[in-house]
Amino acid sequence: MAALEQRSMEIPIPAQEKELFALKMGPQHPATHGVLRLDLFLDGETIAICKPDVGYLHRGFEKIAENKSYAQFLPITDRLDYIGAMANNVGYCHAVETLLNIEVPERANYIRTIVAEMSRISGHLLWLATHALDIGAMTVFLYCFREREILLDLFEELCGARLTTSYTRLGGVRQDVSALFMDNLTKFTDDFPTKIADYETLIDTNRIWLKRTQNIGVISGKQAVQLGFTGPTLRGSGVDYDVRKHRPYCVYDRLDFQVPLGRKGDIYDRYLCRMEEFRQSVAIIKQCLEQLPPGPIVNDDAPDLIMPITPQRKVAADSIGSSGIIQLMEDRNIYMEGDVYVSTEAPKGELGFYFVSDGEGRPYRMHIRSPSFIHIGGIPAICEGEMVADVIACIGSLDVVLGECDR
Amino acid sequence: MEPLAIADKLKKKFPDDVLDIVEARKQVGVILRRDHIVEICGWLHDDPDLLFDHLLGLCGVDYRPKGRGFEVVYNLYSIHNRHMIRLRADIPEDECWLDSVIPVWRGADWHERECYDLLGIEFRGHPDLRRILLPEDWQGHPLRKDYPLSPTKKTEWQGYEELKELSKALRVHGFQQESSNSKTAQHLVKEAGNGGT
Repeated sequence: MAALEQRSMEIPIPAQEKELFALKMGPQHPATHGVLRLDLFLDGETIAICKPDVGYLHRGFEKIAENKSYAQFLPITDRLDYIGAMANNVGYCHAVETLLNIEVPERANYIRTIVAEMSRISGHLLWLATHALDIGAMTVFLYCFREREILLDLFEELCGARLTTSYTRLGGVRQDVSALFMDNLTKFTDDFPTKIADYETLIDTNRIWLKRTQNIGVISGKQAVQLGFTGPTLRGSGVDYDVRKHRPYCVYDRLDFQVPLGRKGDIYDRYLCRMEEFRQSVAIIKQCLEQLPPGPIVNDDAPDLIMPITPQRKVAADSIGSSGIIQLMEDRNIYMEGDVYVSTEAPKGELGFYFVSDGEGRPYRMHIRSPSFIHIGGIPAICEGEMVADVIACIGSLDVVLGECDR
Repeated sequence: MEPLAIADKLKKKFPDDVLDIVEARKQVGVILRRDHIVEICGWLHDDPDLLFDHLLGLCGVDYRPKGRGFEVVYNLYSIHNRHMIRLRADIPEDECWLDSVIPVWRGADWHERECYDLLGIEFRGHPDLRRILLPEDWQGHPLRKDYPLSPTKKTEWQGYEELKELSKALRVHGFQQESSNSKTAQHLVKEAGNGGT
């Protein structure tokens, strides 16, 4: 007990920082969107030094992955970015399929594109709700959650879960879409554009909103690339980089959509980019619903099996070599030795998986390139020089999730 | 440019540093000697044909069970030219260090801290190399292959033991002792259950 107290007292402060006012923000702070701690050193009300501290939610996913089979790790990807679990599922399965060279049926690819875009909309809705709430616009929060509820209900209709979906499978998806799902989703895509207009009337030209977001948290395109930013955070600075266009996966190369870009790279531009992405996502879903072909939803040669209804015995980590997936992979000769890096465009940015395989049924090493980790690493570049009241707006505009950051 | 062409160009420019070129699933990895990693990265970043301006990721791999040392993997992408390459710097087991590439890509900062934290690879020239995901007083580097999956009492984080004792100390003044005067919580639950049926 004594040791605990002693340690918390020993936070090292460099000599030149001693005259600055030290403010510890978080980890239990409602506006940090999770367990993020910022060590701020203030000169008056201006931030002189900002040091983010992460790791409060570290669960050792990369170590877990080394001790589980490829299929067993899928439910854990839900817990990365827990707001857009579908996008993580799609990203993970796409990466493993590239590694093991598994073909995905056409219909499954379309369904994956639909659910990935749905998760982008629901992720952006939660971002808009909380970001507006942080800045002080309460009403938008309620409006956004109303629409997000519809999407979560659709996920429930599709796979039984609202947040931790685990919907995709290696080589396809778990279940086919139902008629009810199709009807409700079509209705949603018809209604949603008018809802976006509703949000925009509330805040787009609101004087307080403009004052709090324009010319604040500016980051130039060059700087953003240097820091490794991706997703809407990078595109807000005017850099045209979207994995869906640069390295198309699923069926994105067959769809017609735009990638919105900002100009100045301030909070307002990042906001505009995400608002436009709502419309583009709706357009993508509409095209997919029109083009959705009939056919199988899971590859017959897929190593992953439809989840057994009767519970199986637990397989100890060491005896994994004898589990069913290895046998299947040996029978069909699909394992490989080597390494791949495959990424997808998740709602927050580029979600990449780097696999090293030595020919076993589990990864030898798996690294998750999570966008939030890199964006939080860039917070000092955005915040230093800004006022302390704008820190919350800056964090909100980056759209970070700590589950993904800490892994 | 095609990834293999980039690898050939790299080999022509730095013939002594490139140890091997491997291809898997149309992706190309270049295995490098670690000595001139900053020079090589700087050249890849600045060469007008290549312009690798985006560091997608940086991670370490422990190859010791395979009879080699460690490896640090750089996944690079050029937003301008839309091509990709992977660098794999070979690190001997007994001298676990590498030069930091922060001068080339500012964003390498946290990646290198993470790599140091989880694999114990030291990055020379890093301005603030300390643990990032794990507590500062953590022992060992979890992503090394010899690190146990579940800790024994000996290898467990010291802070966890302290927290457990703290919670024990708090329990003395807690809910259980007060409620033992009349009825225990279990009894209450049982009664409620009986009343329901």
